[in-house]
Amino acid sequence: MSDNKILRIVARFLIPLIMLFALYIQFHGEYSPGGGFQAGVVFAAAWILFVLIFGLDLGLEVIPERAMFVLMVFGVMLYCAVGLANVLMGGMFLDFSVLLESPQAAQQAGIITVELGIGITVATVVMLIFTMFARRKREQDALEDEA
Amino acid sequence: MIDIGLLIFLVVVAVAVIHVRNLFTASMLFAIYSLLSAGLFVVLDAGDVALTEAAVGAGISTLLFLATLTLVDREEAPAIKPWRHHWPALLVVGITGAFLVYATLDLPQFGDPNSPAQTHVGAQYIANTYEDMGIPNMVAAVLASYRSIDTLGEGFVIFTAGLAVYALLSVPPRRRRKNGAHDKAAEKTGEKSHE
Repeated sequence: MSDNKILRIVARFLIPLIMLFALYIQFHGEYSPGGGFQAGVVFAAAWILFVLIFGLDLGLEVIPERAMFVLMVFGVMLYCAVGLANVLMGGMFLDFSVLLESPQAAQQAGIITVELGIGITVATVVMLIFTMFARRKREQDALEDEA
Repeated sequence: MIDIGLLIFLVVVAVAVIHVRNLFTASMLFAIYSLLSAGLFVVLDAGDVALTEAAVGAGISTLLFLATLTLVDREEAPAIKPWRHHWPALLVVGITGAFLVYATLDLPQFGDPNSPAQTHVGAQYIANTYEDMGIPNMVAAVLASYRSIDTLGEGFVIFTAGLAVYALLSVPPRRRRKNGAHDKAAEKTGEKSHE
């Protein structure tokens, strides 16, 4: 948590840009370097910058811990669901070609969906890990204050 | 030219990481190390790897180091008797290093078209990606489509990592007991670091 005005204003300017860049890496990953892993990490970094400057409580109001748990399961499940959808439509697990009529479009749709799943899982897991560390620090400080 | 400069910087930073006793400085140097590797990957035209290295290596892992450093001592405890207990370790490192240098003699030349990496499935991916998917980024095509089950595994690895950290850190911390044998050791290292 910082009361430094310069930090606060620069962060307020930077955080939306970082998030936008993360979305660009996520959804432009088929045309330029990038993909779910990098996008998830960059998105989480933006949130962590927010927490470092405005505090963990406000950060958890933006994305509650419960949402992190749900989303990190949702990401992997989305990935598996796309794979299983292939099986149900007569293809092989994670083959993608049978999803749409044109195999190329089907491949692209499949890639975008699984990358989205990876991105969601990576972003929320990184956020969760950082939350755990930040909270640990607070709990330890509270214990030392008691002693 | 640029890659030689970057490689020299990498070695300098690596040596500096070993010599620095302050863990805060060490994690900052690790971030610089990752950033230099990312630059090296860009020079080698590996944009995807460079992006990952910059985001994960320089960004998130440094942040996690710093988050850990808020919980533990910032100074590395000095070695008990310098140079005395390290001979077996030096021997192991020396032998392993010698083996690795010996192994590099068998590596194919950089960019060799007959190396296993080029002659196996790689050529097939390069030839067919645009036809199969209609997208130009072959790395994305290999990761998400040709090798999508591997990537599913990686997703589960990340998920498991999150669960493991939660399992470890969701237990509330215990108060440090002054008389506990475990904490005596901790106090000792704490005293040493002040010397």
